[in-house]
Amino acid sequence: MIWLIGLGGSLGAALRFLFGSFISNRTKRMYPFPMGTWLINISGSFLLGIIANLHHSNQLSDWAWYFIGVGFCGAYTTFSTFGYETITLIYSNKIKIAILYVVSSFGLGVISAAIGFFFIPS
Amino acid sequence: MSLLFVIIGGFLGTICRYSVGEWLYTENGFPLATLSVNLIGCFILGWFLTFVNHRKTINPAYTFIFGTGFIGSFTTFSTFSVETIQLFLKGLYVTALVYVLSTMILGLLLTFLGSKVALLNRKRGDTV
Repeated sequence: MIWLIGLGGSLGAALRFLFGSFISNRTKRMYPFPMGTWLINISGSFLLGIIANLHHSNQLSDWAWYFIGVGFCGAYTTFSTFGYETITLIYSNKIKIAILYVVSSFGLGVISAAIGFFFIPS
Repeated sequence: MSLLFVIIGGFLGTICRYSVGEWLYTENGFPLATLSVNLIGCFILGWFLTFVNHRKTINPAYTFIFGTGFIGSFTTFSTFSVETIQLFLKGLYVTALVYVLSTMILGLLLTFLGSKVALLNRKRGDTV
């Protein structure tokens, strides 16, 4: 089972790396908001909301939960990069963007997890 | 090649996150495991990336395997979001609020502390 978690995690990390670089290459020049991590954390929270609901209602086996939920979603989303990007914004005196980034990441992350958990028919 | 480094780091980081989770399981429902990995990861990444940014000689492979891969996967945001929802569902509103605020405030504080530690060490006779 530990292999399943690790495998899911390596896929999640790979997708975060590819998708994150893709987004930030396209948005970085226009504005300093860390769009890549932002989109990743919100979409990953939404997906984990769906997966958690399916597992909760016994429609998803334990192995799939460990692979997709704990492994993939857990590693696809990241908190440490979010933290580093926030302090980088603060260091470069972009306080308003930092506040917007923190509040919207937390707010939309939790809301999208709730939408995934409650409103997706299972 | 950088993708391979991220994959290897991600594999190990995810397993470490799961192991800490097994070890720090709490009966009272407070998600101590996720809070701990996120706080530890914030401190380490704050230190690591600041350290790397001030030493241009470091091989970028280390950033991919350890930063993006290992620490990136060791910490998680989606689990935090879903755990917050589950605390709300159980009616543990105060616990949910404490969880959100402690993750936010302590996470940013520890990232900041990590980067400060890296800057302090730099002053003690670094090359750059």
